[in-house]
Amino acid sequence: MSGLARRFTGMRAVLRREFHGYFASPLGYIFIVIFLIASGYLMVSRDFGRFLELREANLDALFSYLPWIFVVLVPAVAMRLWAEERRSGTVELLLTLPITLEGSYLGKFLAGWAFLAVSVLLTWPAVFQVARLGDPDWGAIFASYVATLLAAAVLLAIGLLFSALSKNQVVAFILAVAASVGFLLIGVPQTQEFVGKWFGGYVERVVSSLSLLDHFETLTRGLLQLNSLLFFVLFTVGWLVCGMLVLGQTKTN
Amino acid sequence: MTETDHPDSVPPAVAAETEAAAPEAPPSEATPPETDGPGEVLISVADLTKHYGAIRAVDGISFQVRRGDVLGFLGPNGAGKTTAMKMITGFLEPDLGSIAVAGIDVAADRLAVSRRIGYLPEDAPAYGEMTVEAFLRFIAEARELEAADEAIDRVLETAHLRSVRGQTIETLSKGYKRRVGLAQALIHDPDVLILDEPTDGLDPNQKAVVQDLISSLSANRCIVLSTHILDEAERVCNRAVILSEGRILVDSTPDALVAQAPGHNAVRFRVTEGDAAEVAAALSAADWCAGARVLPGGEVEAEPRDGQNRLNDVLAAVGEHRVADVRVREGRLDELFRDVTRGVAA
Repeated sequence: MSGLARRFTGMRAVLRREFHGYFASPLGYIFIVIFLIASGYLMVSRDFGRFLELREANLDALFSYLPWIFVVLVPAVAMRLWAEERRSGTVELLLTLPITLEGSYLGKFLAGWAFLAVSVLLTWPAVFQVARLGDPDWGAIFASYVATLLAAAVLLAIGLLFSALSKNQVVAFILAVAASVGFLLIGVPQTQEFVGKWFGGYVERVVSSLSLLDHFETLTRGLLQLNSLLFFVLFTVGWLVCGMLVLGQTKTN
Repeated sequence: MTETDHPDSVPPAVAAETEAAAPEAPPSEATPPETDGPGEVLISVADLTKHYGAIRAVDGISFQVRRGDVLGFLGPNGAGKTTAMKMITGFLEPDLGSIAVAGIDVAADRLAVSRRIGYLPEDAPAYGEMTVEAFLRFIAEARELEAADEAIDRVLETAHLRSVRGQTIETLSKGYKRRVGLAQALIHDPDVLILDEPTDGLDPNQKAVVQDLISSLSANRCIVLSTHILDEAERVCNRAVILSEGRILVDSTPDALVAQAPGHNAVRFRVTEGDAAEVAAALSAADWCAGARVLPGGEVEAEPRDGQNRLNDVLAAVGEHRVADVRVREGRLDELFRDVTRGVAA
């Protein structure tokens, strides 16, 4: 077994268990229903997406609000993953099986991500409608789905870290929501303006380059730019590594 | 259980013959040659130390456990039993000292060690939302067992769980939950079983079931279990280690401990004709007698100085008094336990 594969020993078993776990309890179904209602509402609402009023054959009305829905719903997907293991003591069982900490951590992440992907792909009726009513830019729609999944990955990695940090699911949830909101707020124009005014243009550009919303928007326009893709990948990996370090400290408490 | 899925069950003589007949046979990776045969050291702990902040949870303990041993960790709460077990399984890293399981250093290769150990953590944690069978299937998958179905069937049978295989674990009684924990620890038929308080919190019937189960598992394995129930150590273990404040105070057999216990072989009887106090005084005067007294219920108890059975001496000393209900008492482990552990606390 190669060194890397060995480092992630047990990942598959954890991934399968956790993924099935979402559908073994009502939580998963409730999540999907809430997600679809919320995204559908924001898409057609006159105050937000205005899909019906704009009469354009694209899904910007859907995708541009997904990060804000994720800010609340992704921490809900993540909160259980480690907090529950630590509260019930099963973390001791898990990490004395031939499963590495990294393997179980990544397995849980991938399970949550796969579950979010299922939820996101259930928005297909919107795509179907746009295709029926007009001639959409398929490249942009594909890129938007990629961007949505990448945004979900970053926010999930944040949620997982707080789940590893707190035994209490509610605390993990609240901290993850706060951190995710903070992460998104970096990208809103008001923040950038404020930063530019007080710290100058250079800092503003740095902050703007750290903006999830900006990179998300770039991708949803259909531009699969390398730096935006890298932004999501690097931040996801970064949060995952931090989370693993945190869990290494908290697993025995 | 067949011999093919448990190579270590081959008797030593047969094993020796097999080796002689096929000297070129490559040694199997899973069972290094030096760990074959009964009686070999399966757990070796040296100078194990662990601090939690300023508290020394485990303070330089060393011991070895061989195949066939059922070692009971006894000790009051907070004595370091659980911490020591967590370090053996690799869940906790020791501050100092080394642990080898089946010849493998835990610090160097936790994964290899975890494949040799079956572990029941305290309170038998399990995923409550899963059914018994799905849970065992997860464990089998995590352990990468090839014949998972057979293994699951076998442990469902061993732990008497067939009737609840389809139930979710959170709906089970404590006794069943504990057996689910044992079943998952046994699924890969490990050489080493680490059981942290396997009967704690169970009712007497459930306790008996779990104890019988553990006894039935002891052949050809090495089992380390912690308990603060001393009867359990007497029933299940052939070796007892008393821990207190992180140190080993006694490492002996339960029988030897009973013999050392205060009041072992004390003789008790009722005086039916005559004065009990007079009899007690006469007994106290004998040189073999450590002391005799009248108990609150009116009975007389005479304790031998050397812990030997002195029934004949007692009957001789009683003289013409008439006595009844004569019996020789066994030492009580809990009294010894209190004596030994109090000495440390004081």
